Amino acid sequence: MALKDSLRQRFFPHIWCPGCGHGIVMANMVRAIENLKLKKNEIVLVSGIGCSSRITGYLDFHTLHTIHGRALAFATGVKMGRPDLTVIAPMGDGDALAIGGNHFIHAARRNIDLTAIIMNNSIYGMTGGQYSPMTPFGMRATTATCGTIDHDFDLVELARGAGASFVARTTTYHAKEMIEIFMKAIKHKGFSVVDVFSQCPTYYGRKNELGSAVDMMNSYKQGTALRGSKRKEENPELIERGIFVEEERPEYTASCNSLG
Amino acid sequence: MQGKVMFLQGNEAVVEGALYAGLKFYAGYPITPSSEVMEILSERLPQIGGKFIQMEDEIASMCAIIGASLTGLKVMTATSGPGFSLMQEAIGYAVMAEIPSVVVNVQRGGPSTGLPTSVAQGDVLQARWGTHGEHSIITLTASKLQDVFIMTIEAFNLAETFRTPVILLLDEVVAHMREKVVIPEPGVVEVVERLQTSVPEGTDYHPYLAREDGRLPMSDFGGKHRYNVTGLFHDMWGFPSSDPRVAYDLLHHLVDKVENRADSMARYREYFTEDADVLLISYGSSARSAQHLVEMRRERGAKLGLLELQSLWPFPRETVREKCEGRSHVLVVEMNMGQICQEVRKAVSHPEKVFLANRFDGVLISHEDISKVLNMIQGKGV
Repeated sequence: MALKDSLRQRFFPHIWCPGCGHGIVMANMVRAIENLKLKKNEIVLVSGIGCSSRITGYLDFHTLHTIHGRALAFATGVKMGRPDLTVIAPMGDGDALAIGGNHFIHAARRNIDLTAIIMNNSIYGMTGGQYSPMTPFGMRATTATCGTIDHDFDLVELARGAGASFVARTTTYHAKEMIEIFMKAIKHKGFSVVDVFSQCPTYYGRKNELGSAVDMMNSYKQGTALRGSKRKEENPELIERGIFVEEERPEYTASCNSLG
Repeated sequence: MQGKVMFLQGNEAVVEGALYAGLKFYAGYPITPSSEVMEILSERLPQIGGKFIQMEDEIASMCAIIGASLTGLKVMTATSGPGFSLMQEAIGYAVMAEIPSVVVNVQRGGPSTGLPTSVAQGDVLQARWGTHGEHSIITLTASKLQDVFIMTIEAFNLAETFRTPVILLLDEVVAHMREKVVIPEPGVVEVVERLQTSVPEGTDYHPYLAREDGRLPMSDFGGKHRYNVTGLFHDMWGFPSSDPRVAYDLLHHLVDKVENRADSMARYREYFTEDADVLLISYGSSARSAQHLVEMRRERGAKLGLLELQSLWPFPRETVREKCEGRSHVLVVEMNMGQICQEVRKAVSHPEKVFLANRFDGVLISHEDISKVLNMIQGKGV
């Protein structure tokens, strides 16, 4: 099946800016779904509000575009109603971790079988470039022109601490790795979190003079290393990619079914 | 009515009504004075193949029931004032995306944390206008527990018929008092099931294209039709649109489907109204005190009557106007500063004859409280 078979082509062109990383994430999510041979009627995509959340409109699955920060709460209802369906929640970093932070940690704690894909561009894009909980300390945004004095989350540690049973990190530069991680995250029975670095050249890049989209993707290549790799060993300051947590733990909807 | 006779608390009557109506999914967060609803459902729902979840807050509870409703289940949440405030954004989403859902608000004293274990009726206008933007909403209430049972079923029926959230607005006294309730056999009280689309697989299904009768057949998530659901203004496929024509038509549809049926949705009870010189209008627990006064004064020959409203929104304007015609006085009895009183004044031909008997200090208004106001407006002194 070709990629375009999963797209709602009549709703294109999409709203994302030139150079935005979200299109790469969307395409790789579809490739992962296709590789897993899941039927389109078995997939529910639930998103909140923001640039990333528009992904639901473009894909030919059951799609639910909800309110800001609440994608996982809606997704919890969908999954409990139909535990046999594959429910994926693509979210932005502000959507998932600021306004939606409470739902994020509690979905992780319950270990409900949802796949949370955090399209992490370290900025609020749709509202014009304000800093998010994933904007690193000192980096600039339209609400932090001298650099933010907020500290960012370590998303991997946050997800692990909250109880997610699958936690991974990848970037838009590492397309093949992203597909494999998405496949594992979707297949995993339990709450899966994938932190995907996705460039926003329009706001985050411009405000911080990070260059073009290609430059930003190159920085993902140069600034990260696979977990357990020699490169990481030799350059301990590099940000780790790969799978951090992959554990079997009682899944929420299965436990719920056993109550009757 | 024949059936199983039970001695129930108001919150228990809500549970019985919801299960009778086919409730299959409940999400909620603990809050006084509604917590019994979720405590009982946590046990009852799994026994009938339903699902229960205690969420992290009321925002999540409302969102979860919307998600579950899209999979074809009948859904409900219950809360009180502070939680009802938190739910408002998602209630607006259910209005916009037309998702059948039932929200119970057992009112307590407010604003803010207010009087958590005391009675109030201060959320009447919040039920109407709590979520932002122009919209319409259905709100039901009841004072007797048999009616609480029936109105809960009615809430589900209206939610399914009109694809909309329905608010069941109770109060602390009604929720916590106990009374005899008869639970009829299944099939005795009408239960409206979800209208499913007959569009076959492979044919273009329009989730937001109304039939001639105004109803919108649904297709469950996970079923044969894939479509988009959004809180943005949307076209008949559910895809976002900012076309002014689409926005105009959708908003009209959302408001008209409720407001144009205000009269057929009017639910009320009447006591001694036929020859009443003075008409009392009330709802919820304050209607019980109003009825008590009416019955006492009738024994002494006074021509007093009571109109008990069971549907608050859309406001049954025509019904109220008709019932108030020719009375010397109309006295609205409620536990707030006149939220329904102002609606009554707008509806009647002689607003100068409409008075208010109220309390808003956490104490149930008594027949003596009402009596004092009545004496005053009738010129009999305090």
